[in-house]
Amino acid sequence: MSTSLSPERAARVPVKRSALAFLTDWIPRLVLAPSVAVSLFFVYGFMIWTFVLSLTNSRMLPSYDFVGFAQYAQLMANDRWWVAATNLVVFGGLFVGICLVLGALLAILLDQRIRQEGSLRTVYLYPMALSFIVTGVVWKWLLNPSLGLQAMVRGWGFEDFTFDWLVDPDMAVYTLVIAAVWQASGFVMALFLAGLRGIDDSIIKAAQLDGASLPRIYARVVMPCLRPVVFSAVMILSHIAIKSFDLVVALTGGGPGYASDLPATFMYTHAFTRAQIGLGSASAMLMLGGVLAILIPYLYSELRSRRHG
Amino acid sequence: MDNVIRRRTPGARLARAALYAVLIVAALFYLLPLLIMLLTSIKPLDEIGAGTLLALPENPTLEPWINAWGEACTGMRCEGVGGYFWNSFAIVIPAVAISTVVGALNGYALTKWRFRGSELLFALMLFGCFIPFQVVLLPMAQTLGWLGLSSSRAGLVLVHVVFGIAFTTLFFRNFYVAVPSELVSAAKLDGAGFFRIFWRILLPVSAPIIVVSVIWQFTQIWNDFLFGVAFSAHDTQPVTVALNNLVNTSTGVKEYNVDMAAAMIAALPTLVVYVLAGKYFVRGLTAGSVKG
Repeated sequence: MSTSLSPERAARVPVKRSALAFLTDWIPRLVLAPSVAVSLFFVYGFMIWTFVLSLTNSRMLPSYDFVGFAQYAQLMANDRWWVAATNLVVFGGLFVGICLVLGALLAILLDQRIRQEGSLRTVYLYPMALSFIVTGVVWKWLLNPSLGLQAMVRGWGFEDFTFDWLVDPDMAVYTLVIAAVWQASGFVMALFLAGLRGIDDSIIKAAQLDGASLPRIYARVVMPCLRPVVFSAVMILSHIAIKSFDLVVALTGGGPGYASDLPATFMYTHAFTRAQIGLGSASAMLMLGGVLAILIPYLYSELRSRRHG
Repeated sequence: MDNVIRRRTPGARLARAALYAVLIVAALFYLLPLLIMLLTSIKPLDEIGAGTLLALPENPTLEPWINAWGEACTGMRCEGVGGYFWNSFAIVIPAVAISTVVGALNGYALTKWRFRGSELLFALMLFGCFIPFQVVLLPMAQTLGWLGLSSSRAGLVLVHVVFGIAFTTLFFRNFYVAVPSELVSAAKLDGAGFFRIFWRILLPVSAPIIVVSVIWQFTQIWNDFLFGVAFSAHDTQPVTVALNNLVNTSTGVKEYNVDMAAAMIAALPTLVVYVLAGKYFVRGLTAGSVKG
């Protein structure tokens, strides 16, 4: 690995140097170029393209007759969109909230030097490895009133037990929450557990020596240290909520009627099966707006905290 | 929080018992759906109507699995989900391989050959992790048409590579940042080029992050439904789409045992990966957990 040059190699250096410098400069850029081009076209280009479509009166096929923001106005006047948007708020809020509470609780309990911690963790987290389609199919089976949980509890002798949310227009959206929490809460547990393991023990010991009880230590000392974890979890979970599509398709199909539609299923239905490409594009842009609204504050705080160490 | 001081009082023991009770109840909540799915998939149909969810099968049978694999109707066709299972592999394998290789090279170029603007390019690419894919569906459909890739497996591979690169680049970049740059600088002085340095210095230490990237991409692409349903035809559908069609087929008697067997078939590859390499799966989740 010597870097000294023999006389004849040294003589060649000026020529080779510039060629080498050229390559050194350009190979990394050439390697990155395809990916950057792909991002520009498929991510940024497509976003703009969808925005353009949302300004046209495209129906079955994309057309480029511009109608301004008429599709957005139509969206705002569309009952079905409002059902979907309201559902997203209900579903998203409950999904994020319950996952956080359940995940934090499980992580704290698992953190008490539990035997078989590894196996329990594996069990809590495995649903995350499944497709939302599989989750939807399984829970559709469990929540089926005539054969699932309702039938089981009735079979135990509680004849009046009723749990038919899946077919109840007012309650169907809550079945989405149940299935999504089942799938994702283990992941929040893993995030919290990693955060707990990263906390300096000496802070906790100090609090113990001061005579603080364990619940008090968690509430006053540990949880404040986990604020970044909570923040990341909220971002990731709300992101999942906004994008939820497969779960709705498999579990409720958006029904009964369109009672459990979410914006993601609204967009797909209108753009692909109801020949309303313009309206579908407008709804996709609003979804993008929703993601940006949670993403920008997140990135901002991430960058800031990184800069300040 | 491993060194909490404990006192062995009766009260503490009671609390300990309660703690285990809660943890076990939670474990049941996560496990029961899988168990019920398995039980249902090996019951004959008449037992399903007569018994309850948790009843053990009296005459266990593999018939539903065989049926789900080769005969059950998905939409108009009755050939099971077996073919679609292989479709998924035919899509997943090239998509995972290509996106991992590209991600590794990108991560390497971004960390060891920084140039003016390379951080900006990274930030620009990273945005691909965050967009809701609904915003790219319509242009993608049209672009695939132009490329002659509509409804083809190659088209789906392209889509997964395009939107997977942001994640794999993120993984490899964050990993390579921690590899000492002195090694690379020394090799540069010796005249080693871009690819030789990658091959001789970076690649030999990359095994852990390659595993994370492969597992992450495998799970994401295997579990994808949105792209599969939007950009595939009968012959090229991945297994998630076939499963959904099978379960939502409204003709004939509803065969719940076959539905559950098909769901198990669609779930098995990622479950196996999770059980065998759970550690890397979790690492991938926490590193790039935004791809819903």
